[in-house]
Amino acid sequence: MSNGLINWFKYASPQSFYPLAGKLIPWFWALAALFGVAGLSIGFLLAPTDAQQGEGYRIIFLHVPASWLSMFIYLVMAFWAGLGLAFNIRLSGMMASALAPTGALFAFLSLWTGALWGKPMWGAWWVWDARLTSELILLFLYIGFIALQAAIDDPRRADKAGAILALVGVVNIPIIYFSVKWWNTLHQGASVSLTKAPSMAAMMLWGMLLCALACWMYSIAVALMRVRTIMLERERHTDWVRALLTNQE
Amino acid sequence: MLRALRAVIGRDLRLAMRRQADIVAAMFFFIIVVSLFPLGVGPEPDQLRRLAPGVLWVAALLATMLSLPRLFADDHRDGTLEQLALAPQPLGLIVLGKVIAHWLVAGLPLVVLAPVLGIQFDLPSDALAVLTLSLLIGTPALSGIGAIGAALTLGVRGGGVLLSLLVLPLYIPVLIFGAGAVDASVSGLGPQAHLSLLGALALGGVFFAPWPTAAALRVALE
Repeated sequence: MSNGLINWFKYASPQSFYPLAGKLIPWFWALAALFGVAGLSIGFLLAPTDAQQGEGYRIIFLHVPASWLSMFIYLVMAFWAGLGLAFNIRLSGMMASALAPTGALFAFLSLWTGALWGKPMWGAWWVWDARLTSELILLFLYIGFIALQAAIDDPRRADKAGAILALVGVVNIPIIYFSVKWWNTLHQGASVSLTKAPSMAAMMLWGMLLCALACWMYSIAVALMRVRTIMLERERHTDWVRALLTNQE
Repeated sequence: MLRALRAVIGRDLRLAMRRQADIVAAMFFFIIVVSLFPLGVGPEPDQLRRLAPGVLWVAALLATMLSLPRLFADDHRDGTLEQLALAPQPLGLIVLGKVIAHWLVAGLPLVVLAPVLGIQFDLPSDALAVLTLSLLIGTPALSGIGAIGAALTLGVRGGGVLLSLLVLPLYIPVLIFGAGAVDASVSGLGPQAHLSLLGALALGGVFFAPWPTAAALRVALE
């Protein structure tokens, strides 16, 4: 492994990943703040008022990034879970459990902001639209994952069981998505459609992309903070955690 | 291989026959849940006819859920499961046998009961036939997917509630296409598309579910 490349496997051990994560967290917070300020100022100050939706549309600067992140985090979570299952890496399971609450938070945020947007635009807090329904099911999958991990005391078993569930969920997400979509179109003509006008003002798009980056960086920062806590908790019997804690005092 | 499969199915069926009360209880749960709906929403035949496919399918999901914990729990408790995991036959195959036995014990009775309950909801006879057919095709998928949840929650605190939390979201496609088939046939669209998709789900579920189930069982047995 001494061929000049960074030895990535080194960071698979909690002992060496803990300080690295500690160093990275402030950077991700800074990036999240930077992108957030930039995205929100574009979103609220520079982006034009929408011709049809008025000012109400501005919730998409949180809503769309939250929806993207909720789906993306599930994939990342399943990736870590699968990696942990295949190579038996402790850290992977910890990453998966660290990501789950953030993913669930974003799924919830996406539904919540969607409801806030839907009331003035559609006149309803909730419609059984295909996207809304599948986002709701995604939230259920997150809750199931968290609940399963919480119910198992042995962390190794919790990791593996959660990993199997996450992978089964990933296989099912497309099936669920298409079934809900067909269900929606077959049942009745959709009274409302989420598809917006194809052309979107460039400013709106930039604001949204920057906000998505901000949410992304926030997710990484929070997941790293959470994984650090999980590491300390699970490795509390090891020497390096003892040494770390006694040095801090 | 096939002999092992047959042996597992035969063994599970024999065990189930020794404890018929369990099967009957799940069937009556199905009947009671379905009968509650007219009491809740009112006896107008038009409304009931529209609700029937959904109600019967949701009740079938719940009744299947009820019998899932027993799929592995008894074998886990008396150590049989460990012996099965040590057997030379792949654990996935043994799980497949248990899934088939579970369907014969828990799924098939629902299929048989459904037309009778459909009459209570004033379903026309062709819709009754489609309902029965959709349950016949769809319930194997319920047993297959449910096995994953049952294996994951094996020996876990609050397993029953947790099981429903894990499995019900995964049942949604089966519910959609199952109830959708009846709806489509009532509205004159023809149920073929729904039934084909349901068949695909059932085949996929029964074929693939034993492998994650076996993995989950090995995790539980560690």
